[in-house]
Amino acid sequence: MAAFLARRLAQSGLILFIVIFLTYWLMGLMPGDPIDLMVQSNPDLTPADAARLKALYGLDQPIITRFWNWLTQALQGDFGYSRLFGQPVWEVLWPRLVNTLILMLPVVLLSIVIAVPLGLLAARKAYGWFDYTVNLASFAGISVPPFWFAILMIIGFAVTLNWLPASAAPPGDAGLMDHLRHLILPVATLTILNVGTYLRFMRAASLQTLRQDYVRTALAKGVSETRLLTHHVLRNALLPLVTIIALSFGSLFSGTLIIETIFAWPGMGKTIYDSVLGNDYNLAMVGFLLATATTLLGNILADLCYGLLDPRIELEEVKLGG
Amino acid sequence: MRWIQLTCLLLTFIISGTAWAENKRLVIGISQYPGSLHPAYDSMMAKSYILGMTRRPISVYDANWEDVCLLCTELPDFDKGTAKYVVTESGKEGIAVTYSLDPKAVWGDGTPITTRDVMFTWEVGANPESGIDNFEFYRRIEKIEVIDDKTFTLVMNRRSCDYQGIPGFTLLPSHVDRPYSDDPREYQNRTLYEKDPTNPALWYGPYRVSNVQNGQSITLVRNERWWGKKPWFDEIEIRAIENTAALTANLLSGDIDMIAGESGLTTDQALAFERRHGDDFQFIYKQGLVYEHIDLMLENPILADVRVRRALLQGIDRDAISQQLFAGKQPVAHGSVNPLDSVYNPDAPRYDFDPEAASRLLEEAGWTLASDGVRRNAEGEKLQLELMTTAGNKTRELVEQVLQSQWKKIGVDVRIRNEPARVFFGETVSKRKFTGMAMFAWFSSPKHIPLTTLKSDQIPNEENNWAGQNYTGYAKPEMDQLIEDMDLKCEADQNQAAWDRMQELYATDLPVLPLYYRANPYILPKDLKGLVPTGHQYPSTLWVENWHRAP
Repeated sequence: MAAFLARRLAQSGLILFIVIFLTYWLMGLMPGDPIDLMVQSNPDLTPADAARLKALYGLDQPIITRFWNWLTQALQGDFGYSRLFGQPVWEVLWPRLVNTLILMLPVVLLSIVIAVPLGLLAARKAYGWFDYTVNLASFAGISVPPFWFAILMIIGFAVTLNWLPASAAPPGDAGLMDHLRHLILPVATLTILNVGTYLRFMRAASLQTLRQDYVRTALAKGVSETRLLTHHVLRNALLPLVTIIALSFGSLFSGTLIIETIFAWPGMGKTIYDSVLGNDYNLAMVGFLLATATTLLGNILADLCYGLLDPRIELEEVKLGG
Repeated sequence: MRWIQLTCLLLTFIISGTAWAENKRLVIGISQYPGSLHPAYDSMMAKSYILGMTRRPISVYDANWEDVCLLCTELPDFDKGTAKYVVTESGKEGIAVTYSLDPKAVWGDGTPITTRDVMFTWEVGANPESGIDNFEFYRRIEKIEVIDDKTFTLVMNRRSCDYQGIPGFTLLPSHVDRPYSDDPREYQNRTLYEKDPTNPALWYGPYRVSNVQNGQSITLVRNERWWGKKPWFDEIEIRAIENTAALTANLLSGDIDMIAGESGLTTDQALAFERRHGDDFQFIYKQGLVYEHIDLMLENPILADVRVRRALLQGIDRDAISQQLFAGKQPVAHGSVNPLDSVYNPDAPRYDFDPEAASRLLEEAGWTLASDGVRRNAEGEKLQLELMTTAGNKTRELVEQVLQSQWKKIGVDVRIRNEPARVFFGETVSKRKFTGMAMFAWFSSPKHIPLTTLKSDQIPNEENNWAGQNYTGYAKPEMDQLIEDMDLKCEADQNQAAWDRMQELYATDLPVLPLYYRANPYILPKDLKGLVPTGHQYPSTLWVENWHRAP
């Protein structure tokens, strides 16, 4: 177990380094920089000003030099300042990370709570009206463009019915209930968009499990429907779902750009996007570092969960297999 | 019966009056969140908009596009001796301008605004390591002579006709921010504007920042120390909603009260919104200084011929574009100087839509119409040009298609090739890689001298590290001289003569095809009064104390 973990952590470290380097390099390949864009919008900025600002922010240095400087500082725990926000990177990212968790954690939990029982039931009642309804809803959730659906939710619940606020951000002096009220629409929107994927995986895995001999045997032995689904099918059907949840673990920390933009919720997705476009390397790198590290961590946790859910899977086998 | 009616009327009046009295909170939606609230870094409109309510520049352009004092008592004047030509200590021919700060002006913590703040601002601004945006402005200040606590003289090392206004001089609070400026390289990160933006000592406008929800909203409350007219609203919240569809949905749901014209919707978006909800809000479209145009690559042999350039302009119906796409709210531009600008020359040549004249010019230039509808020269080469703009900008893409179809009618084959803004501005335009036409906008200020866009030494190239914005490659000694004259000949007649001739030359040589001036659409509550849009980079919020609700 310890050897497995050490190996996985070493592999993850290597992947992390490669991802970070590639990200830095790709950002460096983008033409232009924020100072070029600033020149377009500030009539008082002279070419000399632009050249001086580029030198000051190191934008005139070769990409490898900039990466090396960043890496050596980061390894010493100095992630620097955000160029866009003028604050230490962690001071910018921390509240946004919290915001992202506030938004994404209920979404993932709600998605699981909804997807697991519905997926199980849909599989049990496969090709019946219930299954078709659940499938239709799942496909709708998966296929609908998030941007369009979010706007539709705002128009429906905030503009027409006036039940809920249109944005996720409450006024500065808002209390807890007001905060929660503002979160209902984005959480509901994301959950509806998210649940379909989980549901499809849960249904497919349950359907496969229901065809197993041991399920037939259990039924022949007179096991009740509830016990069959919860004790015999659920545990075996959870494996693929664990993989999907592990893969989406990163999104808990990296956020969701479109929903954050539409509901004016400053989370990690929007911050990473802005930092890439604004050539804010310090901010973008730490954002990517977090998103990649948490995704890798999610995968390690998933490997551990496989062993827990199915004792037949040994971690060494996972290593050999994967 | 009559007294019942009168009582009802009185009650209605009292109730509605109470409603107005109670609603002293205004929530403004903008489409951008400022990265920093420090006035000297990262200039962006969203920040200027907010700072307009919390600070007062020494001087600005007002809604009539005239220089006015906001923090000073009067503008420098040669007749009054507050402006005079001098030879500076370094031997340069310069100008000395004297300003007096408003004697009542204080920071939000009650500390008087004095020349100590002026000196501190100069120290920070003139240090290249501090990273201030417009360092070149501070570099022009050779010396500041402090006369007393409120009066100072700026000695500029270069004579310039724009001596009256110093909008770039953004005062910083010496009494609280000086300790953070010991290390100029670190000042940008250590300044109180980053560490404690709600500190009242940083602000000196009718409002001060009371709450910052990073990335979401900024709340302003009345500045108790404000020395001017008391603002009507108790509290103003500025909420950033970048997605414009969500911005309008927030307006309809009542989450925000208005959308700022300076940083909100585009004119076509506002027009579409007005068509559906015109009765619920008041709409103001203020034409401004954002100048949409097409830069022509003059090194392209086709475009090197001025007859072709004129034919291209006469071949497009800009009036129809303005009317059909923008309901006339974005007027046709005939040059780079806006008609609202005091230096505008109404007699400069202009080219109205005349496809027949355009065809004649092309014939004269040796481009004859072939059977496939595209003109060819004697060598059989097609009259084919590439038109580029920023991909994803729906308005520009729409205008591009209209232009393409209108040019097709006079036998010009225009190929559209768009790029993301980052590539377009960062590479294609700034390094002059476009082969034909590049459509984009210039932001300028009133009386803005087109030094970087028209002077021959401002053509970007590898040797000058791509500095300058004369992307067309336009080079004419007369234009160079006129630009110098506009900057240095300050006698009213001589100065205006230079401006007039510059506009004539611009319209005659046509290095650029003028299209239209963009407008700022303001969507306001019906009962909001006192907001006067300016149309330039100094936002309407600089006069926020005049805003109020009224039936």
